Amino acid sequence: MAQTMYEKIWQRHLVDQIGEDVLLYIDRHLIHEVTSPQAFSGLQEKGRKVRRPDKTFATMDHSISTRSLAIDACGPANQLQLQTLMKNCEENNIQLFPIGHEKQGIVHVIGPELGLILPGMTVVCGDSHTATHGAFGALAFGIGTSQVEHVLATQTLKQGKAKTMLVNVSGKLANGVTAKDIILAIIGKIGHAGATGYVIEYAGSAIEALSMEERMTICNMSIEAGAKAGLVAPDQTTFDYIEGREFAPTGETWEKAVEDWKTLVSDANAEFDTVVELNGNDIAPQVTWGTNPGQVAAIDQTVPSPTDFNDHVEQGSAEKALTYMDLQPGQAISDITVNNVFIGSCTNSRIEDLRSAAAIAKQGKVADNVTAIVVPGSAKVKLQAEQEQLDKIFIEAGFEWRLPGCSMCLGMNDDILKPGDRCASTSNRNFEGRQGRGARTHLVSPAMAAAAALNGRFVDVRKFEDA
Amino acid sequence: MAGFEKLTSNAVPLDSANVDTDQIIPKQFLTAVTRAGFGKHLFHDWRYLDLHEQEPNPEFVLNKPQHQGAEILLARENFGCGSSREHAPWSLTDYGFKAIIANSFADIFYGNCMNNQLLPIALSSEQMDAIFSAVESDANTQICVDLKQQTVTCGDATFNFEIAEHHKHNMILGLDTIGQTMQSGDAIDQYETTISDWYQ
Repeated sequence: MAQTMYEKIWQRHLVDQIGEDVLLYIDRHLIHEVTSPQAFSGLQEKGRKVRRPDKTFATMDHSISTRSLAIDACGPANQLQLQTLMKNCEENNIQLFPIGHEKQGIVHVIGPELGLILPGMTVVCGDSHTATHGAFGALAFGIGTSQVEHVLATQTLKQGKAKTMLVNVSGKLANGVTAKDIILAIIGKIGHAGATGYVIEYAGSAIEALSMEERMTICNMSIEAGAKAGLVAPDQTTFDYIEGREFAPTGETWEKAVEDWKTLVSDANAEFDTVVELNGNDIAPQVTWGTNPGQVAAIDQTVPSPTDFNDHVEQGSAEKALTYMDLQPGQAISDITVNNVFIGSCTNSRIEDLRSAAAIAKQGKVADNVTAIVVPGSAKVKLQAEQEQLDKIFIEAGFEWRLPGCSMCLGMNDDILKPGDRCASTSNRNFEGRQGRGARTHLVSPAMAAAAALNGRFVDVRKFEDA
Repeated sequence: MAGFEKLTSNAVPLDSANVDTDQIIPKQFLTAVTRAGFGKHLFHDWRYLDLHEQEPNPEFVLNKPQHQGAEILLARENFGCGSSREHAPWSLTDYGFKAIIANSFADIFYGNCMNNQLLPIALSSEQMDAIFSAVESDANTQICVDLKQQTVTCGDATFNFEIAEHHKHNMILGLDTIGQTMQSGDAIDQYETTISDWYQ
């Protein structure tokens, strides 16, 4: 029978059947300081061991400062959490990339960067943006701490099978339109819970044309449509990205692996439970106006009115969002002013994101009333950007150039906004209070964020040179 | 963990869709390294007028005197969307909730509830409307959840709900799922001998 890529990866990882659910083997487990401490203490209470420390990698990203490498820079609670991770990794023989390490960074940036993520793998992490790794044709999803403990102890997870959704993006993107705009447009179309219960496969000419970093941006936000995971079929772009990375296979093993990975793609006549079609030619730069990522409009549109929605749930959500965001129906998106800009997060902090933001940043200066920060996704991204002198472009334009971490995406450190602040952010969630109590978040691409920094309001990045 | 069979309680009607995990438990409380004590921070931004949790917001439904002591939370579509933080169910159980009845749940949150003996029950819009309206007109309305029978009874109405067999089984017995999986140790050992070289 014809199979989708999801079904093929699923089939390859079956360990045991338990009623309607199966025990799925996990090839790669990534951990960080926030969602792992209670898992390790759970193991300890029961006298259980980490089954496969060699398949487990740890980094520090959420609770760390982006201004200082000191472990106590964000106060004693954050320090204790970081020290707990160090202790747990040491006691269990797990490789850790701590603050200041050349391989440290946001968990979803360093995994691919180090070649830890390969096509056909199952990948989990106590973080909902684990879906990022689906860009490699790996089945990757976020889990809770009890499941982190389960994977540490057994290297497996009990799972029920998800439904399958094909999101086909045809055509070609216009200049200045990015992967971030594609995924925001998709979420806008299917809704914030539109893919709940599904694994999405992204396909079509506009997806195939994307680089690995762009595919990661797309898969990263699958959870923002409610999906379990997002997948892109592995192809030459995938293999070229992985080859030669530190943990990637080499020599004859590499050759055999690539041959195998080519068979992972969905069969031509495979059936999906749902199919969604978008035309890439029609996608314009996107800006969220509400308090969930599905509440999004194009830069040349206006803020909608709750009455524009037929569904009463959408209506109610829109009303509540407009109040929180202090926006009026009919207001042009390009009339929304911002006083903060955040370029970073597991969605948009890779080298291509920084290049794209820098190409805009070099065309002006950050507006007087705007505070703008750039937070590279990893130590390696930071180094690469500095070798390309992108840091100088940002600093000269008036942006702050920070140390790698999750930073203002969720503000577990001191990178938080004040009540009433309004931020153009390249992150993934515009929830109420996400970047600080009472603060307002608009999700955009790196280029759009840089353009907003220079203008103090949203502008159509397609009007810039080299957009 | 203690098993779950039946629960009869009044309920807190939180009539909002898309309640995300950042609302359930904001990030500043995620630095803890234990599972205890999250209940006082539950719905922090909505529940308190100040950052130090000294001034309860009298308008917020959780603070209304008539809803105190409830072990059931009523919510709407896509409850628990957003991050995978298990601190969300930890804060709900620590506050005292044992079941959440809503129109729908986000996937990761739903699974996290199951691992914490917090029963998530999804009902249709019409059924939820009926329960919300009963509780909003009389806060003392008792709702009875029977997990074995998979029913929710509110007044004269009884509604059936779906739950996966293994979730039901584990919830009723309060089982240690890791211990269960470790019984498949031989199957895991066997599987590991078949993994391709490039994943080793």
